[in-house]
Amino acid sequence: MAKRYARVDRAVCVACGTCASACPKGAAKIPNGCWAEIDAGTCVGCGLCAKACPAGCIALAERTDDR
Amino acid sequence: MKKQKHWYDYLWIWTIVYFALGFFNILFAWLGMIDFLVPLGFAVFGGNKWFCNHLCGRGQLCMKLGGGLKCSRNKPTPSWMYSKWFRYGFLAFFLAMFGNMLFQTWLVGSGASSLREAVKLFWTFRVPWGWAYTAGLVPDWAAQFSFGFYSLMLTSLLIGLIVMALFKPRTWCTFCPMGTMTQGICKLRRRGKD
Repeated sequence: MAKRYARVDRAVCVACGTCASACPKGAAKIPNGCWAEIDAGTCVGCGLCAKACPAGCIALAERTDDR
Repeated sequence: MKKQKHWYDYLWIWTIVYFALGFFNILFAWLGMIDFLVPLGFAVFGGNKWFCNHLCGRGQLCMKLGGGLKCSRNKPTPSWMYSKWFRYGFLAFFLAMFGNMLFQTWLVGSGASSLREAVKLFWTFRVPWGWAYTAGLVPDWAAQFSFGFYSLMLTSLLIGLIVMALFKPRTWCTFCPMGTMTQGICKLRRRGKD
């Protein structure tokens, strides 16, 4: 499993869907329609979503044992 | 991973068609109300921003131009642009301008003011647009609303394209008044649920 994964700051996310379009693994989704969420299990930590996000609300985090 | 295309992935074409129609006949500006009412409908009744991430033709157009056609510098959006203060401040300004447009429409409807066949860009620059309207076709107030509404739509498109070129393709989405408004509604609706 990748060492890093992407995390979304819900308070800033505008749910534009850019991350979902950018993600090559389909890990970024907007399940409730209000903000994006990234499935940590599927995320490979490539950072494409973070790079594409216009609101700068996606950051890569180091995985801990439980994630 | 290849993503499956849906009918709504082509709504960027609608945005181009909308502005083209308004160039030839300003009364088509009324169709822009769809872009106002549908996202509000999703937010109020569904509690979501499905319009923003699936149906927004303007956002899709920015993605096409900025992403596919590489018309964007792809630089990070300045943080003040997606700060709460700017977003809600811009929403307030936009609503005030929308209110002013409705007031102008009312003035024309009541006979206190005459129809101005012009489009006002950036709420400042008056551009003659008389070729797109034949006088007497509809009540003057309806035509005035068309000119005012088209001005608002065209101005916001231009702002969107400018920030697309300067920053990221969908930078406009970070302070889009409709997006801010629907996000506020969604947050209110979801309060206590998450």
